[in-house]
Amino acid sequence: MKGRIALVLVAAALMVFAGYAALYIAPDEKTMHAIQRIFYFHVPSAICAFIAFFVVFIANFAYLGTRQPKWDWLGVAGAEVGVVCSTIVLITGPIWAHPVWGIWWTWDARLTSTFVLWLLYTAYLLLRGFLDDPQRKAIFSAVFGIFAFLDVPLVYFSNRLWRTQHPQPVILGGSNSGLDPTMGKVLLISFVAALFIVAILIADRYRLERLRAEFEELRYRAESRSAEAAAKTARNVTEARVE
Amino acid sequence: MTTSRAAAILLAKELRLEFRTRELLTTTVIFALVVVVLFSFAFEPTAAESRRYGPGLLWIAFLFAGSLMLNPSFAREQSNETLDALRMAPVSPFAILLGKMCANFVFLAVAEAILVPVFAVLYNVSFSGVAGRLILVLALGTLGLVITGTVFSAISAHARMRELLLPLLLLPILTPLLIGSVEATASLLADQPELDRTWVAFLAGFDIVFLTASWLLCDYLLEE
Repeated sequence: MKGRIALVLVAAALMVFAGYAALYIAPDEKTMHAIQRIFYFHVPSAICAFIAFFVVFIANFAYLGTRQPKWDWLGVAGAEVGVVCSTIVLITGPIWAHPVWGIWWTWDARLTSTFVLWLLYTAYLLLRGFLDDPQRKAIFSAVFGIFAFLDVPLVYFSNRLWRTQHPQPVILGGSNSGLDPTMGKVLLISFVAALFIVAILIADRYRLERLRAEFEELRYRAESRSAEAAAKTARNVTEARVE
Repeated sequence: MTTSRAAAILLAKELRLEFRTRELLTTTVIFALVVVVLFSFAFEPTAAESRRYGPGLLWIAFLFAGSLMLNPSFAREQSNETLDALRMAPVSPFAILLGKMCANFVFLAVAEAILVPVFAVLYNVSFSGVAGRLILVLALGTLGLVITGTVFSAISAHARMRELLLPLLLLPILTPLLIGSVEATASLLADQPELDRTWVAFLAGFDIVFLTASWLLCDYLLEE
């Protein structure tokens, strides 16, 4: 518990510092000015969403291999946090795009892929809600999760082939690209802060799911015990009557 | 029994069932027709416009019709618990899945064979001269739809609200397939029709990826 509080404090401090750095330390961008600063929030969220979905994929695979419920809990935790992160990406993106591109949204490869990703993992969470049997829920959502993950490169590739408008990779984009060193450092801090928060959220959601599973198990046992007791009383009553 | 033989037996059973009721095919064709007719109100169906919107319209109609049609594939095995009987048969789970996929492919192909000429007449689009290449695109697109759709039909059959859930699971997964099929079909409607090989290869890749995935994961889909 103490470790967790320390972790939360570190994350909070990092987040405050990252916010300060993004607003005051990072240099002004030549053409976009203030609105460019959303970049320090948008890009880390996007990377975190991909990390979270990758965690889901690993968890899905591990669940099918081992059948240990803990992997299923990790899967749902990762999917929820990933959906939250990609929601942030999908909201901050248009806020930036409107003044810079002049439009809120365009059906570009990365935008479309992120949107489809969001749809796929929302479907994953919905599917879990509609399956009652816990074991079946775990197996089927793992299978769907693997299908969804396999679809991601196909979605990206097909859109890429089709049309693209998103800024080309600035950081590893080629000879003429590159980020101001201070901007790079601020981005790194924002990314570490976001990573801390995502890790805490996934851990908390995992714990919640574990508690829920334990609770279900206990309730099931209590119900079967009370049913047994009721049957016993009924038997005793009948026996007493017979006597 | 070999997988292909077991799949063939299951395919024959599905076809016999459909031949006796004709429920699935009638509803699918009529539904797709309704979509096609509705689109004529949404867009001005002149020859030039149709050539632009036609491929997208056609594939949207197939996708919607397919996601409706795939629902009963596994769901109807539940009413009499016949899925348990299938599971007990001494065949691999992949044979069951493959048989279902083949049957769904046949149903959807028949529906498309009826729909494409009707569409060509209603929207003043000519497919003459490209029929062979069109069939290739239709086959690859339908195959991808049927592979993923049959797997998800096995999943959604056990869920509540399954009729709503299946399109929700299936349609987002099919976005790359939709782009590929529409672009390949559009390349056949151009003034100088030439099949876009990149998209054909992409569609074939989509089919291979998901067929392999369903082969690897079918044990989990059909276990009790």
